Amino acid sequence: MGRISDETLNAMRQSIVDGAPDTASDLARRAIAAGVEPLEAINDGFVPGMHAVGEQFARGQMFLPDMMASAEAMRAAMAVLDPELKKQGADRPVAGTVVLGTTKGDIHEIGKTLVGTLLAAHGFRVHDLGVDVSAEQFASKARELNADIVGVSALLTTTMRNQRGVVEALVKAGLRSQTKVMVGGAPVTRQWAEEIGADGYAKDAMTAVALARSLMEQKPVPEPA
Amino acid sequence: MKPHFQLLEKELIERILGEAFQLIENPGVRVAPYVFDLLREAGIAVKDGVARIPEPLARSLLARVPREFYLYDRKGNRAVHYGGNDVHFDPGSSCLNILDAESWQPRPAVSSDLVRLVQVVEMLPQFAAQSTAVVCNDVPAEIGDWYRLLLVLWHSEKPVVTGAFSASSLHVLLELLAIESGGREALRNKPRAVFDVCPSPPLNWSEFASQNLVDLARAGVPAEIVSMPLAGATAPVTLAGSVTQHAAECLSGIVIHQLAHPGAPIVWGGAPAIFDMRSGRTPMGAIETAMLDVACAEVGKYLGLPTHAYLVAGDGRVIDAQVEMESGISAVLGALAGINMISGAGMLDFLACHSIEKLVIDAEAIASAQRLIEGIEARGDSLALAAFAQTGLQGDFLKLKETRALFRKEQHFPSAVIDRGLHASDTTALDILQRARQRVEELLASYQRHPLAPEREEEMLAFAQREGKKAGLEGLPGIPTLEYARETGLIQ
Repeated sequence: MGRISDETLNAMRQSIVDGAPDTASDLARRAIAAGVEPLEAINDGFVPGMHAVGEQFARGQMFLPDMMASAEAMRAAMAVLDPELKKQGADRPVAGTVVLGTTKGDIHEIGKTLVGTLLAAHGFRVHDLGVDVSAEQFASKARELNADIVGVSALLTTTMRNQRGVVEALVKAGLRSQTKVMVGGAPVTRQWAEEIGADGYAKDAMTAVALARSLMEQKPVPEPA
Repeated sequence: MKPHFQLLEKELIERILGEAFQLIENPGVRVAPYVFDLLREAGIAVKDGVARIPEPLARSLLARVPREFYLYDRKGNRAVHYGGNDVHFDPGSSCLNILDAESWQPRPAVSSDLVRLVQVVEMLPQFAAQSTAVVCNDVPAEIGDWYRLLLVLWHSEKPVVTGAFSASSLHVLLELLAIESGGREALRNKPRAVFDVCPSPPLNWSEFASQNLVDLARAGVPAEIVSMPLAGATAPVTLAGSVTQHAAECLSGIVIHQLAHPGAPIVWGGAPAIFDMRSGRTPMGAIETAMLDVACAEVGKYLGLPTHAYLVAGDGRVIDAQVEMESGISAVLGALAGINMISGAGMLDFLACHSIEKLVIDAEAIASAQRLIEGIEARGDSLALAAFAQTGLQGDFLKLKETRALFRKEQHFPSAVIDRGLHASDTTALDILQRARQRVEELLASYQRHPLAPEREEEMLAFAQREGKKAGLEGLPGIPTLEYARETGLIQ
């Protein structure tokens, strides 16, 4: 296996910061052709790019459209590298499994999709249930995927109430102890999250990534079988 | 001359409409099964849930929309004129939270909050209409929409800007209004309420929204399209692009509505906003949001239609300089644009919180805007010559008869919410929040409820109790005689 030059690692990082999917996938392909370990390209090349993007966003130097482009570049790189990892019988370590959706009665997509894109770019396995999702659908998908986190979005004050139902459905399904719940959306507040017994609230997509990471840290490490 | 603010040139409006007519044909508009047959019977192709509306048909239906209509107060007087450049204001709608005036923290709103809010609005002439402003968290969620309307109808005589939360509950709201008006026909003849109906951006009339449009048209109760493109997220990032999408959503809504009942009243309205590219939020107080509102209304006006917009809201979390700066600017712009109904006063925190204290402050901004659009008038034969002929260079204008006769017409006198130096000493000077709180209490103290005719009052209560019981509600919170019905044994 070849080692990647610092120059290439920098180019990989920069392709993510620039939000350039063609460059990112091209660099990924060339790395594979050169016999580079896919994990090394991911962890030392592309992931630092996402970290830089997150930092620049937090400083107000990057904006959401820039971030979406970076996430798209990350996806393009992973589309090349993931199959290579699988060929080796390996998987990229997953930061956590997240089931996402917009609550029942609400068809607003944008916030939830943004969160999903960024979580995926930051190494989470994301299953997006879409919009107008019932509490039962959230619970059943969480059970099926053994989800670590369920994320429930609502844009309307009237549909925000249905977030409570998702928490209740997870309790009813006996999943609450293993599944964290995070809520978001324009009318949602920290107090509301506390009131309905959710584990966290994020005011925007980048905060949602940080929240998801911290919820994963709170999760008990599974006992070895 | 009445001052008027125009943001779009005629050529740009025509271009916006030209593209909007193209959009409703290609890519078309997503519609719900409830209206498939209605559209197909008119010759509109509907495939995979997408209707492609040809421009000539849309234009012919547009020509049937009434250019003006009135909302009536409880006594049957014309109280709101939708049409021309007449400007009216009403509070923002359907908020879940209210800013607590003791702690200045948001908390879930309950019936007693809505009652206070309605009573304050009833006493403020700046608001031509009430709105079903907050959702009452002390009643079951499934009756949340009509319960707000019940409390407004009970405590107010003004027209109401309202809306249903589902397709089926619309009929409960219409029934409440019919009881109040003395029947469905009376309601059709003199509607007291207008119903907001919201398409989902981009270009999607959901089952609930489609059905509301059709059912309102058939009931003859005015509908108000509240199209909400979010520039850069659910609509093109350019303001002109978002105004075009807004126009396409309104045009397609009008097609559905007019096919259901030609000539039914409908308003070209909206709550467009920009999408903040840092926070992903939708700042209602941003100047670009106000520009979108004004521009969307200009397109409606160009078509000769009644108009609505969502302004006078601020985005800070507490009532502060930012919130009131944003609210005041947009109140002035909306008034200058001649928008028929401007909703949004009282709202803060990206429409997540309502405040009665903010409403009384906003009322002062609105009063200023209303004074502004009265413009400057030449009164009498001379402007200044006659006055100078009387006082000469002494300049003693205060003593002139003309001064006494005209100062009330020339100057607007704000309430004590606005500090005009009347309480100049340090010990009596209150800050704006204290003054607002005091004003709210004064208005509440001066409020007096005017009951409905006894038989209608009984019918309304019986209906509300029956409907409430279905959802497990006991008593009627917010209606004093029945508030504690359970405890007093009035309800078995």
